[in-house]
Amino acid sequence: MPGASSVSRAWNSDMAYSFRTSPVALASAAIALILIVAAVFAPLIAPHDPMDVASLSLMDSFKPPVGLPDADWSNLLGTDNQGRDVLSAIMYGMRISLLVGFLSTLFAIVVGVGVGLLAGYAGGLVGATLMRVADVQLTFPSILTALLVDGVITAALPGTMRQALQIYVIIFAIGISLWPNFARTVRGSTLVERNKDYVMAARVIGVPSWRIMLNHVLPNVIGPVMVIATLGLGQAIIAEATLSFLGVGLPSTQPSLGTLIRFGDDFLFSGQWWVTVFPGIALILMVLAINLLGDWLRDALNPRLR
Amino acid sequence: MVERPTLEAIAVSHFFDVSRPFLQRVFTGEPRRRLRAVDDVSFVIAPGTTFALVGESGCGKSTIARLAVGLYEPSNGDIVFENQALSSARAQPAMRRRMNMIFQDPYASLNPRWRVSDIVAEPIRAFRLATRPNEVQGRVGSLLASVGLTVRDGIKYPHEFSGGQRQRISIARALASEPDFLVCDEPTSALDVSVQAQILNLMRDLQQRLGLTYLFISHNLAVVRHMADRLGVMYLGRIVEQGPAEAIFRRPRHPYTRLLLDAIPDLEQVGRARTPVGGELPSPIAPPPGCPFHPRCPLANERCRMEKPAHVTADSVQVACHAVEEARDG
Amino acid sequence: MPLLEVRDLTVEFPTRHGVLRALDRISFSIDAGEILGVVGESGAGKSLTGAAIVGLLERPGHIAGGEIRLDGQRIDNLAAEPLRRIRGRRIGMIFQDPLTTLNPLYTIGRQLTETMQTHMRLSDTEARRKAVGWLDRVGIPAAAQRIDAYPHEFSGGQRQRVVIALALCAEPALIVADEPTTALDVSIQAQIITLLKDLTRDHGTAVMLITHDMGVIAETADRVAVMYAGRIAEIGPVAAVIRHPAHPYSDGLMASIPSLEHRVNRLRQIDGAMPRLDAIPSGCRFHPRCPHVFGRCREQQPELLDAGSTRAACWLHADG
Repeated sequence: MPGASSVSRAWNSDMAYSFRTSPVALASAAIALILIVAAVFAPLIAPHDPMDVASLSLMDSFKPPVGLPDADWSNLLGTDNQGRDVLSAIMYGMRISLLVGFLSTLFAIVVGVGVGLLAGYAGGLVGATLMRVADVQLTFPSILTALLVDGVITAALPGTMRQALQIYVIIFAIGISLWPNFARTVRGSTLVERNKDYVMAARVIGVPSWRIMLNHVLPNVIGPVMVIATLGLGQAIIAEATLSFLGVGLPSTQPSLGTLIRFGDDFLFSGQWWVTVFPGIALILMVLAINLLGDWLRDALNPRLR
Repeated sequence: MVERPTLEAIAVSHFFDVSRPFLQRVFTGEPRRRLRAVDDVSFVIAPGTTFALVGESGCGKSTIARLAVGLYEPSNGDIVFENQALSSARAQPAMRRRMNMIFQDPYASLNPRWRVSDIVAEPIRAFRLATRPNEVQGRVGSLLASVGLTVRDGIKYPHEFSGGQRQRISIARALASEPDFLVCDEPTSALDVSVQAQILNLMRDLQQRLGLTYLFISHNLAVVRHMADRLGVMYLGRIVEQGPAEAIFRRPRHPYTRLLLDAIPDLEQVGRARTPVGGELPSPIAPPPGCPFHPRCPLANERCRMEKPAHVTADSVQVACHAVEEARDG
Repeated sequence: MPLLEVRDLTVEFPTRHGVLRALDRISFSIDAGEILGVVGESGAGKSLTGAAIVGLLERPGHIAGGEIRLDGQRIDNLAAEPLRRIRGRRIGMIFQDPLTTLNPLYTIGRQLTETMQTHMRLSDTEARRKAVGWLDRVGIPAAAQRIDAYPHEFSGGQRQRVVIALALCAEPALIVADEPTTALDVSIQAQIITLLKDLTRDHGTAVMLITHDMGVIAETADRVAVMYAGRIAEIGPVAAVIRHPAHPYSDGLMASIPSLEHRVNRLRQIDGAMPRLDAIPSGCRFHPRCPHVFGRCREQQPELLDAGSTRAACWLHADG
């Protein structure tokens, strides 16, 4: 459509159309958006501040969620053993979970795409070696890799710095566990693009290899990366929750959803199920929404299905 | 003898390593395998003319195209650009600018994520022929116009154009560096006949206007007839017949040239019954001994099976054939 | 009665931008034992015509009108199972790429015998004997040994020969061949064209030969239909269409092909390009590019009219 503005072109594109007409995509995007907004603006919109020790009172402990007897509307989802509001704790916890998830996925993308591009474009011994490293790492479950990296670095750090750097260590560990997926896909796509004539046209006029990789090849291989990134984000969030649940993740001063689940686990069978179940539901909803969006994206980007 | 040929190939040979992966060879004890894509090829291209290389798949013409523009260095022999070794010429941007290439596949030769104006501008920017944005855009506009497109086509993406239009964009890009020498690798093979006519006419117009020299690669002898001043017929990496196009078409001498000309379905001979020469194109990895064409040649004798023919000259045409040398070709 | 009769065949593709009409009321017929060439450039609809006839239109394309009759019996409105039986038994198919036509996991002997036994009553030994016979007839050397080989063990030209054997072995009355030689080298092309011509003449099989290569048509076909933007522009005996084309498009097409015999200064070119399916011009589809256009061309779409030895959809021949 010549002359149409960029916005209307985007709105009418096949991908936007596919999004608008898919109930699953719309619902997942809505849920994800609500959760992300709640997390980002938690300090502004959370009913209580669960970290403010001064505002806590043991009198408020173990209040059940609304709908059960003895409930209180100011604590919609109840409180935990120290009187912390579960809903607020979830919002703050989601914040941490999402932050760690996004940053570690970003780290994995940068490393993975970089290695994949290099391996695909250079080929030969360099490419083969890089891919073997990726393959070896992929034989281990990613959570194991994250655990290992986390453990090694934490042990190597002097005790005084551990708590402050813990969040960075977690991000690094999870990122390292996820890079091979990106590298393999990007390398495969790079191998295909490298032999195309437009790359040769650039080589004929003497464009240096690094520039060809970044300006020519990268834009053409980034498509599948978006799909893997979406699914990888879900993986990263679950990985962080697992590490925190196991007690080797973030310190309890910055509880993520996984940490909350772990706290509440002690009370699950003594009747105060809401302390662990609601954070669990929040985690499931978030990751499910992300995964469904990733599925939609993969189908939308697949030219054969159009 | 051409005074200052644009391009000269001197006894060029090129091998590709097609061995099995290293570990596999360790276990099976296989030796390295080499594919001889180009075997002792020599030719000269005079400025302002079109030299065509014709042949079927596996004959080595595409490899020569890439060697001629410097994408690879030949395993043996030399390629000389205006009396300077090609590799050293390409090291200097001022010389590198003067050669460029047009590709066969209009769909793979333009980056699908770049706008047309950026695609055409890339050589301009790479060689700093213009630096200010409106200068660059001005050049892009006139380049697009010279290939029959409009300035407004610059903001579009390649997928919005047909095959013929994309090939025009490719030509505009190739001309952006103000070259003297263009290697054209099957530029119209992927196009419909009526579009091909447009592109071939365009290429000849540009050659006349800008004094371009073309190395034109094709498998289509009729197209070559229309474009070439001189041509070389290739088979399994060797040039078997080379000379002025008119002379070769009027009187083809090498049995393979005759086979090719005869095999082309001809519009003007409706319903012709013919006896096609049998045999398959042999694999370039294990070429037959002696003359590579002998398994399919109606004139092959013992010598052909054992000895590779050297080039003989007959009426300004060079032919590599024992039968021609021995005057058995009738 | 003609073997294949196509009348007013229309094929449409619903898209979210509207319905695209890829074939607009195509009519032609093929007699038993005749070779009809269907020629046209990319987007003209020739492959779609072949696909519609054998019932292999890709969704969401569908036949929106007209009828296709084989030996008088309608085949366009059949259900999947009866259509499948007709396909292979009475209509054989040859596609462009032999690599995807042949199943790489089965020997060619198995593919041949399986095809024959699906459509004819034959014992295993009989089927195998016939298969060897076919391989021999299409020129595969040492057929009795090669019959147990896999497709990847053959060269491109040999694979296409096997595909021809596969198409003919059930002794169909009609073969639809879509660009059977385009992927092959010139010298091999010549062999395959001759083979196809000889075999179909020997067996009295009719052929619908779809290609963009006029040279192949010139050598092989009896009649030719020239397609443009989903319509037939001209149809008639091959020599007549090539030497005295009555439609300006056929004329332009023939003239734009470079000749082997002599070199011209400038090839005759048809300016512009074939219209896209969502931008079909009013009246005659060729009028924006036609050197002889006049008033009526822009308003009314011509049907095939008598033009001497051929029929052409062009108002220049309106008064006979």
